[in-house]
Amino acid sequence: MLSAQPNRNDANRRLALKLLWVVGAAILFTLSLVPLYRVFCQVTGLNGKTDVRPVAVQKSLKVDESRWVTVEFTGNVMPGLGWNFTPNQSSMRVHPGQIELATYEARNNTNQAAVGQAVPSVSPGQASLYFKKIECFCFQRQSLKPGERKEMPVRFYVSPELPADIQNVTLSYAFYSTASATN
Amino acid sequence: MALHFIKKAGPGLMLSLWSLVAHAEFSWNFPKPVTPMAVDTLHVHNKFMVIILAIFIIVLGIMIYSIINHRKSKGYQAATFTGPSTRSQLIWTMVPFAILIYIDFVLMGIPAYHSVVLMEDTKNGADMVLKVTGMQWRWQYEYMDGDAKGIKFVSNLATPEDQIHNKAAKGEHYLLETDNHVVLPVNKKVRILLTSNDVIHTWWVPQFGSARDAIPGFLRETWVKIEEPGTYRGQCKELCGKGHGFMPIVVDAVPEDKYKEWVAAKKTDLAAASAGADKAWSKDDLIAHGKEVYEKNCAVCHQSNGQGLPPTFPALAGSKVINGPIFDTSGKLIANSHLDRVFNGKNVMPAWKAVLNDVDIAAVVTFERNSFGNTLGDAVQPAQVKALR
Amino acid sequence: MSTATTVLHDEHHAHYQPGIMRWLTTTNHKDIGTMYLTFALIMFMVGGAMILAVRAELFQPGLQFLKPEFFNQLIGIHALVMIFAALMPAATGFANWMLPLMIGAPDMALPRLNNWGFWLLPPAAILLTLPFTLALFGIGDGALATGWTFYAPLSVQGGIGVDFAIFAVHLLGISSVMGSINIIVTIFNMRAPGMTMMKLPLFAWGWLITAFLLIATIPVLAGAVTMLLTDRHFGTHFFNAAGGGDPILFQHLFWFFGHPEVYILLLPVWGFIPHILSAFSRKPIYGYKAQVYSFWAIGILSVVVWAHHFLTAGMPVPALLYFMYSTMSISVPLAVLFFCWIATMWKGSMSFETPMLFATGWIILFGIGGLTGLVLADVAADAQYHHTYFVVAHFHYTLFAGGMMGIMAGVYYWLPKMTGHMYNETLGKLHFWLTAIAFNITFIPQFFLGLAGMPRRIPDYALQFAEFNMISSIGAFILGLSQLIMVYNIVSCVRGGKKATDKPWEGAQGLEWTLPSPPPYHSFTEQPVVE
Repeated sequence: MLSAQPNRNDANRRLALKLLWVVGAAILFTLSLVPLYRVFCQVTGLNGKTDVRPVAVQKSLKVDESRWVTVEFTGNVMPGLGWNFTPNQSSMRVHPGQIELATYEARNNTNQAAVGQAVPSVSPGQASLYFKKIECFCFQRQSLKPGERKEMPVRFYVSPELPADIQNVTLSYAFYSTASATN
Repeated sequence: MALHFIKKAGPGLMLSLWSLVAHAEFSWNFPKPVTPMAVDTLHVHNKFMVIILAIFIIVLGIMIYSIINHRKSKGYQAATFTGPSTRSQLIWTMVPFAILIYIDFVLMGIPAYHSVVLMEDTKNGADMVLKVTGMQWRWQYEYMDGDAKGIKFVSNLATPEDQIHNKAAKGEHYLLETDNHVVLPVNKKVRILLTSNDVIHTWWVPQFGSARDAIPGFLRETWVKIEEPGTYRGQCKELCGKGHGFMPIVVDAVPEDKYKEWVAAKKTDLAAASAGADKAWSKDDLIAHGKEVYEKNCAVCHQSNGQGLPPTFPALAGSKVINGPIFDTSGKLIANSHLDRVFNGKNVMPAWKAVLNDVDIAAVVTFERNSFGNTLGDAVQPAQVKALR
Repeated sequence: MSTATTVLHDEHHAHYQPGIMRWLTTTNHKDIGTMYLTFALIMFMVGGAMILAVRAELFQPGLQFLKPEFFNQLIGIHALVMIFAALMPAATGFANWMLPLMIGAPDMALPRLNNWGFWLLPPAAILLTLPFTLALFGIGDGALATGWTFYAPLSVQGGIGVDFAIFAVHLLGISSVMGSINIIVTIFNMRAPGMTMMKLPLFAWGWLITAFLLIATIPVLAGAVTMLLTDRHFGTHFFNAAGGGDPILFQHLFWFFGHPEVYILLLPVWGFIPHILSAFSRKPIYGYKAQVYSFWAIGILSVVVWAHHFLTAGMPVPALLYFMYSTMSISVPLAVLFFCWIATMWKGSMSFETPMLFATGWIILFGIGGLTGLVLADVAADAQYHHTYFVVAHFHYTLFAGGMMGIMAGVYYWLPKMTGHMYNETLGKLHFWLTAIAFNITFIPQFFLGLAGMPRRIPDYALQFAEFNMISSIGAFILGLSQLIMVYNIVSCVRGGKKATDKPWEGAQGLEWTLPSPPPYHSFTEQPVVE
């Protein structure tokens, strides 16, 4: 056999260990992709998700009265949540920068109290960057007693920086049961 | 020898294949486009096909020339001028490099850019909005604005089971027929919003040239402007479970006045259906109607005999959920009761409140409580369902 | 390159345990290579049988033999078996068998790791297919039914088949990572003196880049399916909008692995096809450096184009344009490779034994796969092609023709070296012609089916698709059955036949041909020197 073998075996083991570090780095990279994706979506509007925290109204906010944007409202209740959920207005014409109030009505149709979480989505995705919510029922979980009806408000404005080619923005909520979300 | 074989057997093989081919009607390209996006897509596709065919023929031609001429059997001596890796070789390899850069970014790249911009032109100038919700395994449509606002229905596969299981002759639009067609006016820009209640689906009508995913919890959009009246058929094209091949899309594009007529008629229908909820129904009528509703909507999973497909789709025969009470003493819907499960859904079970009207829900629940060996004997009145809304 | 080698005929040095224990405990690169290749061949037949059941169902419209849910299981497991249990092990088998011989090494660098790497595969194959059997006994509802892509939330909804497939993917991933580490270390540390990196056989270069792609992307796949597992059983919400997750994130993660995976399957083949072309053209490989650079370019591009697999999921215009142009760019280095392959043949003195037939047919058919890939990159047209049979045809041109037929070329090329016997040339040629013709009968109609609007993964179809499906099914059965010729040819070649010389191919170059056929149990007892 070859005389240099012990040295070579050591070298092989060292290189293999280094490559294991590469694998480790790739695993870390994978884990970091989850938050990275979230941040990337927030910055680019890649998946149309809006902020889940309220925005503070800036003093400098100006209403652009020369422009109209149509905002449509819709909602879905996902299977497993015994609620009815409908927007009280199907659409609104707004000026960018104007603070508006829209409401949805929710009703628990069962005899059991339930907790739900509304997940907002805006289309087109790019518009999600410019759709600012000051107050929204989707910021917290909502609970409804048996048979209870509740009006759910969302106070928002469309940023005047909304790209000029966007005239229609749709806000949609998917209401999930948090019971099923944690089972 | 190889080439010899092609020369001898090739034409015969082609001929016999052709005779097989000549008797049937074949489509060799996209179906006729009816929207600006589809027209553009077809043009781009045709252009690209010509480009890649040209590349293919030229490259293949050079190769075949070489195969024919540079053979050992012909006594051709291998050239020796190419060393393993010379400068001239690196320079030669820049030729395909440069050609492909040109094709990618100019010849194909520029028209492709324009079609992407056209495809994503959803953001303004829409005349109407249609919301499409995918669910296992049917599409739900909601008209969001204009006269048609409030029209909402579900569209199921209308092909009978017997045709699918080869017990009856297959109809003309086998697997591409629904019970409720979507009706859209021609020459109007329709913004289509997409979402889903369970898994990812893709809404696709080939002649519209638009395909977009319906994603649970998210909203996506696309648009169509149909320029020719007609009936257009499509299918779901994202694997969404066992019914994936059985959730077609049928769109009727009609002139403006016909569309208005349809809207009016549809509204009358819906009003009549909701009026039906106010009268008291007999148990037998409910069971008879419920059987129809069951066959159309429920039998896919729970099977015609109510045995289900456990573990995903439980049996209804002898089911604990069905064989329990529905309303509590104060008249409220009991959580996790039979009607709750049908009305509000759970996990894989859709929430039928969004899809079926009060009569349908009351009827199907009554039917299930009195079939498959379940003998509860009670009935749910449509008015009781209506009160839950 | 010329070599100075002394080979001891050392049959008596080959001390291994008798019977099954030899294979369970072996650390010999040739034994392990043989096991990989045998495993790949068996799984190729298993995966093929699955898809023939599917093609039988699709022979006519209507549901004949398979229930839709079983149909969905078959298509997904077919893909996983073919990719992870047939193509990848076949390439790893060649690497084990041939890399040490080609670079003048006595064995693989990490022999014990090598053994473990292989023995993870059979349990993984069992995990993939066991749910079929369990379902017969009423346990669970069968295998993974989501297609091989595991898309959430469908996979969150699925039965135990999904869990089995997740664990199978974990095992397969660990096995691939082990194999890759071994190959990288072997190539870096075990080369014969004088063999610099730029003198490495192209096969080694192809595998080196494959191995790096594997260790960088397999963890992403493993991570994605692990998140899926926790979403299924431990209440996390990575892919569920309810808890702030996003189903599309799964697609990003999956294809961040999935797209490089395509090149993982193809790069080893791109590596050895030039050796075959050169051998049968009796002319050196053309543009060696250009090919190495192209490998690198494709390896790097492959990890930045992933989202072209789900352009219809909805993305902003700049993202669409980025993924379109970056995808198209892959055609540039690929064109260089095609040019080099044909230039290697150009003005050669060609003869067409079976390996060369496969290599030539491979260039043409893989060319169709590559060119259709170029049009698929176009976002607008992709909305039409996506998830239709056009895509199915496209990736079978790349993965069956470009992958599997390339592997077959390698099998015939190296079989005399591995077994010491010549295979039956007539049967080999018959196998090629049947495969090439049947392959086209199967998949050309699928291009037109896709254009006409037939979605993939449907168990039943509308009547206008009937004729093409019938032709395609006929082709698939001829294709499937003709593979039995190869099995017979390989088996009889292993068992006996005309003695092969050390270098059965006149124009072949490389260190592996300096050893006897078959090579001794311990390959190079004295290290060769490359000048």
